[in-house]
This record gives sequence, structure tokens and C-alpha cells, in this order.
Amino acid sequence: MDLFDILLSASFWTAAIRIASPLIFATLGELICERAGILNLGIEGIMVAGAFAGWMAVYSGVDLWTGVAVAFVVGAAFGLVHGLLTVPFGLSQHVVGLGVTLLATSLTYYAYRLALPEVTSPPKIEAFQPYEVPLLSDIPLIGPALFAQTPLTYLAFALVVIVSLVLYRTPLGLALRAAGENPAAVAAQGLSVTGLRVGAVVVGSGLMAVGGAFLTMSAFDSFFFEMVNGRGWICIALVVFGAWRPGKALLGAILFAAFDALQIRIQQTPMGANVPYQVFLMMPYFLSILALIVMSRRAEVPAALMVPFNKGER
Amino acid sequence: MSAKTEAQVVLRLNSITKTFGALTANDAVSLSLHKGEVIALLGENGAGKTTLMNILFGQYTADSGTVEVMGRALPPGNPRAALDAGVGMVHQHFTLAEGMTVLENVTLGTRSLWSLGMDRAAARARIAQLAADFRLSVDPDARVGALTVGERQRVEILKALYRDARILILDEPTAVLTPQETDDLFETLRKAVALGLSIVFISHKLHEVMAISDRVLILRHGKLVHEGRTSDTDRHDLAARMVGAEVAAPKVAKGVPGPALLQLGAVSTPDEGNAPGLKSLTLDLRAGQITGLAGVSGNGQAALAGLIGGLRSPASGTLMLNGETLPHWSPRMAVHHGIARIPEDRHKTGTIADFDLTENAILECYTDAPYSTRGWMHWHRATEFTQEIIKTYDVRCPGPTTRIRLLSGGNMQKLILGRVLEASPRIILANQPVRGLDIGAVNYVHERLLEARDGGAAVLLISEDLDEIMALSDVIHVISEGRLSPAFARGSMTPAELGIWMAGHGFEAEHAHAS
Repeated sequence: MDLFDILLSASFWTAAIRIASPLIFATLGELICERAGILNLGIEGIMVAGAFAGWMAVYSGVDLWTGVAVAFVVGAAFGLVHGLLTVPFGLSQHVVGLGVTLLATSLTYYAYRLALPEVTSPPKIEAFQPYEVPLLSDIPLIGPALFAQTPLTYLAFALVVIVSLVLYRTPLGLALRAAGENPAAVAAQGLSVTGLRVGAVVVGSGLMAVGGAFLTMSAFDSFFFEMVNGRGWICIALVVFGAWRPGKALLGAILFAAFDALQIRIQQTPMGANVPYQVFLMMPYFLSILALIVMSRRAEVPAALMVPFNKGER
Repeated sequence: MSAKTEAQVVLRLNSITKTFGALTANDAVSLSLHKGEVIALLGENGAGKTTLMNILFGQYTADSGTVEVMGRALPPGNPRAALDAGVGMVHQHFTLAEGMTVLENVTLGTRSLWSLGMDRAAARARIAQLAADFRLSVDPDARVGALTVGERQRVEILKALYRDARILILDEPTAVLTPQETDDLFETLRKAVALGLSIVFISHKLHEVMAISDRVLILRHGKLVHEGRTSDTDRHDLAARMVGAEVAAPKVAKGVPGPALLQLGAVSTPDEGNAPGLKSLTLDLRAGQITGLAGVSGNGQAALAGLIGGLRSPASGTLMLNGETLPHWSPRMAVHHGIARIPEDRHKTGTIADFDLTENAILECYTDAPYSTRGWMHWHRATEFTQEIIKTYDVRCPGPTTRIRLLSGGNMQKLILGRVLEASPRIILANQPVRGLDIGAVNYVHERLLEARDGGAAVLLISEDLDEIMALSDVIHVISEGRLSPAFARGSMTPAELGIWMAGHGFEAEHAHAS
């Protein structure tokens, strides 16, 4: 099976879209935060917390969508911590972000041990099942890839459209972007910079947690340590890759996921047997770095990203 | 404009008091503004003008006193309420998002955040209407970052008008404009007044106050010390009332030009982002002469200052010091060859905020004897030097171990001036040396610069304030988009003529003539 065959197989694209889904949620979340001027390095830990919270809720007996909501709320709570520390208190966004990641990760493992003290292997839940959209899923290649996914994947794609519309077509989106460009302009129009920024971090963090929950409730049906495995950091790179635009960020997420799906398949080819498998594991990251270098050259960073705003100071 | 004392009072401040710690920024200030009237608020830096306007606009809360707009009291500390009551403020530092379009900046916050959609078509039509009514032409779809300073100011005014402002507050609006742009602004303000708006105009510049205002109010140390009709006063009277004593600007005698100490021959430097580089610039700095560089900020002043200060090297052309070409060029070489620098931004590049006065005083010479020998510091020598500066230059401070961030702008500048002049420099690069200083400090800095000139130093004075340039310079160049005008002798040009060059005209003819 050569490269060409892989790229033309429906199963490859189905896998790529599935791998992209959690990245889409979390990238949108990070994008919302950064558009308002806040770098949220809590993303990795918030995804871990979301993965656990959604799965644990379902394991405790609620239905799947309630589980997603629980994950969102848990993520939003960590977002509130991050937002309060970085916006009204103006603390270093790097330090707070890494702190939130460590806090969320550790609290999650602690909660896991408290909830399941006896188990050796984590229990499984009844995860989201793929839903085949009538007619559309019969289209060759893209049919199975785009229209035979779980409902959470459809939600991820819908959110790309919704976030784009809100950012560019509503007064709220305008105010949010202005908060990331020049908070003084927002304050001068009588709007609350604090409210906008904290709100963006809370909602963005909620989306990150849903991205994490995708892993335990859609991609797999159980929770493992190290499950998120750096996806949060990838999403931070994807925001840059996407030049802070939801549509481009979606393309970036699919591109990265395609590299990931590709390396698994190349490992199984005769050529792949002769190369250490770590080389293939590295490939998506390596290619992402290359793509980032090419794509981000002309990107326009939100001018007030990581700049705290203090009322009454110039 | 005639006085309109019978007209309706649109704004009233009642006995506003505001303190910051031990400082009383506003001390029981009361004023009233009538419909269709322009009042000028005059005062030195730190007199409390901006604080007063920030209280009016709800950005600060007053300790006591009330603000009434159209007869109704404004809730304190609420910019939203001020906006809704029809108060529009054009800040000294623009509050625009540069990455966004004019339309986006103007409509920001004008609709409920929870409403769906923006109705851009209606907003566009309204902006076009306002632009026509008030002569504020600007492309609604242009990115603000791509606009000139004058255009950005129009966007700020449009923002206020779009919200149906009936009272416009303009904080130092002409500081960044060319004389022609200032005329355009005044034209817009006259239109606004004719349409029944009222204006508070904050400025340092006395001739503008005389030109535009109906009444003048003067603040000194937070107190209102004068209020009267503009037609009943003159510039000298206002200047005296502002500082509380007759101000004597330094007498400027003609300089005696000596040999050229620094010669730039057709020097070019690359553009840096939005900031233009130098375009084949030729300039001689002569001993015993102040060379003034006029121009609107962002036209290559930074590139020229960086070049002379050693921060940049020429991409092409020659740089000669005392008739010799130098093999390489760096800040250390510049200091070594007696180039003294008064940087444009004393907070960012002139000083290190959390270092004490001594450390800041020897920033440029700490590797030299007597302050250090064989790699060891001799702090007592540095302290003596600093005490000398404090005494000679009248730096008001607790002592040499004070952190410099605690000093006022004027005292900080005096320390920098001392550091620069005590080294007996041959060449002085004075970039905006009096920006943000009060008149007393301004005169002091100017006197010292003239003294240095008479002592044989070559001074390059870069300033956006045309009055300062014209008062001090023996020869004047205008810089525009990195190009340099020919040298104009003292008194050979009117401000309006220089303004034409500042706006970028005349260079083509000059170029055609030269080639």
C-alpha cells in the first residue's frame, strides 16, 4: 500500500477528521481567549480535567450530553480562576497558565483516585456512536469522512461557523476583538474590558474542556492518564498557524490530524518497518513546525495579546 | 466668536476635588460650559487638566463635587453614563484599535453586545453623513493602522459624533498635527459649534487657544486661577497666569558656526515596519550651532536619531566624524566620540526605572575611569558625580540613592541633561528634550542647550513642536518620509511655509533640481 492509496482511502480521512475534532474544540477555545488578549496556557490541564469530568459524569449515570455540559462547566471554572488572576489582578499570563495546567492535571488525578480507589484498569462508558447522515454519507471518500462521525464532531464543525459569525458579525465579537487589539479603546466606549476578557477566558476554557471530553466520550470510551498528551500545546500552535482566524485554524487542525493519521498508516507499510517508529511519531510535529514557519510569517497577532489593562494607566 | 453668556448651560462642574495620596490634583474646581461655546483649559503639565476631564468623563471618581450635564447629575465613575449623556472625549493618546477598520472602531460599543448582527450599511451611511456635515473625510473601510495621525484624530472625533455627542472634550488635540492639519481641525470644530455643539479644548499652545476659544480657564496646581473672555486677554498675559509669574523665555543670540563635526553623505537606512528609513539624506552638524529638525512624528526622526546615536548603521552613504570615516559604528563608538544623547522617551530608553540616580547617572560611562578601573566599580566616585549633577542641575530628589522612577518627568530630564552635559560633549542629539515638561523646566533645558552651543557643541534638536524649533535653531531642516529638506536659515521661513514641507511637499522639486 503506497502513499497514494492511503490518501485515497475513506478510512484515512475518517480517522483524520476524528483526530482533528478535539483539536478543533480546544483551538477555538484558545482562539477566543487570545482574541480578547489573554494567552491561556492552562489549556493542557483544562483538557485533562474536561476529559475526566465528562467521562466521570457519564460513568456516574448521567446521559452523554449532560456529560459534555459537565465538562464545559468544569473547564469554565478553571477559566474563571485563570481569568480572575490574569485580568483584574494582572498577573503574568505565562505563570498563571502553567499554574492552571499543573493544578487542573493534579486535581484530576487526585479526583480519579478518590472516585475509583480500587480499580486497576479504568471502567468503560457507553460512548457517543457515529451517526451516518442519510444520503450525504454515501458520497465517495468525503461522505464517510465528514458525514459518518459522532455528534460531537458535527458540533465541532458547527462551532467553527458559530465562532466566526460571533467574532465578525456581532457587536459582541467586535468588542471582544477590540479588547485584544486595544483595551483602552474598549474602555473609552464605556465597555468593561475586565468583563469581556474574563468572559472570553471562561467560555474559551469551557470549549477546551469539551475538546478533552471528546477523547473520553467519543474517540475512546475510557479515561487514561497521559491521554491528552500535549494536544493542548498543539492547539496553541494551531491558533498561530490559523492566524487567529477560526476557518484557517480548522484547516490547520485537519492538516495536523491528517499527518497524525498518515504516520500510523506508514508505520504499517513495508517501508515503515525499516525505520524506527519514533521517526513517524515525530512526523506530525515536525511538519507542523514547518507549516507554522511558512504560515505564521504574515500573521497579525492581536496587538494587546498578553498586555494587561489597568484602568487609569496610560 | 461672540460670548454667549445667555445661552443654555450644557455642562457644569461643581467644586470638584480629587487627591492622589499627598497630591491634590484638583482643588474645588468649578466651571460651566454653554451651548455653542468653546472653552480652553490651559495649564502646565501636572496642573490637573487631564485629571479634571477624566473625572468629567467618569474614568476617575472625584473625592467631592458633582458633574451636571444638561442639568442632570452624572453618576460618578461611569464612562458609559457620560457617553450616554452626550459627552465625547478625544484623548491625547488615541484609543483606537489599529488592527481594525474605521467602521469597526466607530461602531464599537454603540449597539448592545447581545444584539445579533451589526447593520454595517446603516453605520456606513451615518458615517458618510457625519463626514460631510463636519468635514471629516476618511475611508470607513481603511485599517486604522494605515492612517496618518491627522486621519486617526478624525476617526476619534467621528466616534464621539456617531454617539450623538453634544459636548466634545479635546485633550491636547494639536500636539501631533501639522499646521495645515490643525487648520482643518479648527474648521471642523467651527462647524461643530455652528451646529450647536460645545467644546472643551485643552492645550499648551497659546496661539491656538487665542484662535479657537471664546473663554479661557487656567488651572495651576489643581486650582482654577483665571477665568475670562479670550478677547479680553493676550498670549503674554495667559503665559504669566499659567506659571504664576512672568515667564522669560531664554534670549537666543545668533550662534557662531564652526567646522562640521558630523557629516552624513547621502545616507540611507531601510524602512522598519511603518517607520520610514532615511532616503539619501545629507546633513552637516556644525560646532556652535543648533540644527533644528522639524517634522510630523514618524517621518524618519527615529531612524536619524538611531543612526547618530549608534543604534543603526547606514545601509549606504557615508558617516564622517571630524572629517574621518569610521570603520564600524555602534552606540559605544558614539559615546566614545563625544556624542551625547537625550533620548526621546526618557522612561523607556533614557533611564532604568528601578535603578537609583547614581546608577542612572553613570549608565554611559560606567566602564571608564574614575567610575571603574580593572573591572571594579568605585561607587563613591559615582555618588560624588551624581551629587554634583543634583546640585548643579537642581534635580529635586531625596538623594542619589532614590530610585529614578519616583522622580517627576522634569527632574528626570534634568538628571539626563546633567549626565549628558557634564561629559562636555562635542555633539548633542536632543530628541524631544522638553516633551511633557512644564514651562519652567522647558526654559531651563533650553538655556542649557544654548549654553552648550555657545561652548562649541553641535546640537541636533529634534522636535514636533514647531515653536520650539523656530525659537532655538540656527538652521532648520524639515524631515518627511525619510527625506530631508534643504537647510533654512533662522527666520527665513514662516510656520506655514515649513508646514508645507512637513506635509511632504517640495521634496520632488528639490530632487528634480538636484539631479
